[in-house]
Amino acid sequence: MELNGKCPTGPIETRWERHRFNLKLVNPANKRKYTIIVVGTGLAGGAAAASLAELGYQVKCFCYQDSPRRAHSIAAQGGINAAKNYHNDGDSIYRLFYDTVKGGDFRARESNVYRLAQISVDIIDQCVAQGVPFAREYSGYLDNRSFGGAQVSRTFYARGQTGQQLLLGAYQALERQIGAGQVEMHDRCEMLDLIVIDGRARGIVTRDLRTGKIESHLGDAVALGTGGYGNVFYLSTNAKGCNTTAIWRAHKRGALFGNPCFTQIHPTCIPVSGEYQSKLTLMSESLRNDGRVWVPLKAGDKRDPSQIPEAERDYFLERKYPSFGNLVPRDVASRNAKNVCDEGRGVGGTGLAVFLDFRDAIQRLGAGVIKERYGNLFDMYERITGEDPYKTPMRIYPAIHYTMGGLWVDYNLMSTIPGLYVIGEANFSDHGANRLGASALMQGLADGYFVLPNTIGDYLASTKFDKVDSSHAAAKEAEARVCAVTKRLLETKGTRSVDHYHRELGKLMWEYCGMARTAEGLKQALGLIPEMREQFWRDVRVLGTGDELNQSLEKAGRVADFFELAELMCLDALERNESCGGHFREEYQTPEGEASRDDERYSYVSAWEFKGVGNAPVLHKEPLTFEYVHPSQRSYK
Amino acid sequence: MRLTLHIWRQQNSSARGKMVRYEVPDVNEHMSFLEMLDVLNESLIAKGEEPVAFDHDCREGICGMCGCMVNGVAHGPLPGTTLCQLHMRHFKDGDELYLEPWRAKAFPVVKDLVVDRTAFDRIIAAGGFISVSTGSAPDGNAILVPKEDADRSMDAAACIGCGACVAMCPNAAAALFTGAKIAHLGLLPQGQPERMQRAEAMVAQAAAEGFGYCTNLGECEAVCPKEIKLEVIARMNRDFLSASWRGR
Repeated sequence: MELNGKCPTGPIETRWERHRFNLKLVNPANKRKYTIIVVGTGLAGGAAAASLAELGYQVKCFCYQDSPRRAHSIAAQGGINAAKNYHNDGDSIYRLFYDTVKGGDFRARESNVYRLAQISVDIIDQCVAQGVPFAREYSGYLDNRSFGGAQVSRTFYARGQTGQQLLLGAYQALERQIGAGQVEMHDRCEMLDLIVIDGRARGIVTRDLRTGKIESHLGDAVALGTGGYGNVFYLSTNAKGCNTTAIWRAHKRGALFGNPCFTQIHPTCIPVSGEYQSKLTLMSESLRNDGRVWVPLKAGDKRDPSQIPEAERDYFLERKYPSFGNLVPRDVASRNAKNVCDEGRGVGGTGLAVFLDFRDAIQRLGAGVIKERYGNLFDMYERITGEDPYKTPMRIYPAIHYTMGGLWVDYNLMSTIPGLYVIGEANFSDHGANRLGASALMQGLADGYFVLPNTIGDYLASTKFDKVDSSHAAAKEAEARVCAVTKRLLETKGTRSVDHYHRELGKLMWEYCGMARTAEGLKQALGLIPEMREQFWRDVRVLGTGDELNQSLEKAGRVADFFELAELMCLDALERNESCGGHFREEYQTPEGEASRDDERYSYVSAWEFKGVGNAPVLHKEPLTFEYVHPSQRSYK
Repeated sequence: MRLTLHIWRQQNSSARGKMVRYEVPDVNEHMSFLEMLDVLNESLIAKGEEPVAFDHDCREGICGMCGCMVNGVAHGPLPGTTLCQLHMRHFKDGDELYLEPWRAKAFPVVKDLVVDRTAFDRIIAAGGFISVSTGSAPDGNAILVPKEDADRSMDAAACIGCGACVAMCPNAAAALFTGAKIAHLGLLPQGQPERMQRAEAMVAQAAAEGFGYCTNLGECEAVCPKEIKLEVIARMNRDFLSASWRGR
């Protein structure tokens, strides 16, 4: 299969503009004749559904939560990047582009990233107009802060709840269209299969989580904004419901999966406290602006942090990376935290934590300023741990946070199935092997508000659609597949709960496909996962029925998909014999322990084709070329 | 610690429900309340009993999906805290807890502790937005917002739509929820053109959904996990009154 990214050529500054001009348009009066299915209501899905409806398309929108406002974008804390250069500190669209390509360790497409940086500016304008209460200076102008991986202040924020406020902006825009009858909203409704007719994505099969009803919804195009798959690790910062089911089942219908092994570990999460732990809570990395990361100089030093004198502390990020200090990118910060813990210098009961200390910032700025900047985060920390971070340093440890991989899409955000678009975290497109802080919100909204509404028209205008409805054989077949899975899960009547298996899978993935990976470990995981998957299908216990609300049944279907995805992730990680960004293979590191990329052999996107469960998937490669940002070893020293 | 729980079990929206007693013998003080329920559910599944259905998602106190009454108080005893952020160190060995779903006519029970809160979405759809279509916005700094207004707007915008305010209100009023959105948008210059029609439409929708009226009891403010202040209701009433007066 020839992978055509459809990236425009010529001067990068005008690529998006020229591309847009060349796209076919749908006449305003004809837009209402098209139905677009949008799955997911986060920043990407919510923004897309609202914007497409504003354009006049008929939109059918789906989310598994009880309201579109719950999508996990809501939990993003720190901020959103935009190259406004309001602070006259040397920022520009080019610099944001440059930082993102470099931050992604040269594994993203230049064309996509440049477009993202250009659109970042419009996103802020749009959100302000919607009434997003961004932080302001006393003059009334927008305030900014700095963030990991950048040396300029380009991050816009709304206290520590930026994701919430941006999502509510998109949600309100969506509700406006629901009220106007342009969007038909289906909440508590989960997509369980994709309907492909004559090679084109024409609809989805859903299960109504309240009634258990399995139903087909047909349309002219399908857009998936269903987020990432970090919950394959069981413990992650994702919401409990986040899952891979929508994109995985689309993958099984023929959409290639891009870079599945590119997962991001976030350096500042609250450490695990016990076996019952159900999720990990992130502390925004904006905290690294004022907090200093350290561990005791000597291994096994269990003194209270206040008793450890300055000379016996190791501020390891500041020591190793004097120019970026505590603001090094996430992968670098995480790996260094792991290393000091591996040396026995970790803190807290488990030894799997490092300190994030605000003592100096409080002395310099006063507790009031710190409270203003991070008050809600400090409160959250105290609520969870019972410790007061104004008095004693926070304990933090890396956790799975984001997945850069996802369904492969071209420049138009269309997958390898014509008519199937994938937006936001669900696609693989813009962050390469590592995402910079405050860039997820930017990408979700760029895709949803500005890219998809432009590109989808080209497909609709240039395609002739036969009329199809839910009586079509392809829809009936997809419904039958979904019913069979549901039936099998309910009839297995085994001995162990879904969570039991999910936790086991998570431990295995964290061990072998987590922060550091080796060929040996990955091979071991590839042996263990199919065994565990078979045991799951033989032994899982799902009580209750399929025709009413059944949360165990919902989870079981998602975990079944995680088992299949896990195998692909390990395979991808094993195939990529280099270290880049979030993918760190222990065999490939520089003498100083930094990631060692192999541009000669691995400067490509791996895009995997599904060939059946248990069969080896086929690897396709999209070569990456860099005309503007010359690949170099990332250095934050 | 060991806890005794009495939990409202109701098979579906039309079935009759009842309180059922459970013992949870091994509760760790570092668990969150929902993790304690996870532990209970795992033990129920092991015994072959259907687990207790409860809504939850982010478990970080921001998505607004979780929540139930704990001994008659929405989200439990700790002020300014959602159920998922309530940790068991705030309880003691031998405690007896009564868990019930949100109680309001406009929030029908779906199953056990899960209720239907889509009425909130319809209130927002009635007018809880600024009508700006994608692409038509001026530069962000073309609209200046005094810091104090932005901060107060943000205070109101922090609402997570969990429904605790309704559940705690003896009138089952949605005034704090509706007022929070009216205050959030009404405090900003961008929100001015639609301010009056917004207040009228949202208040009317809340009434149509079957929520009660506010009689200034303040129970909502006391349990709001985001500590939204009663003053948002005053703003709502003021905007609603001016709107009705202008409309005449």
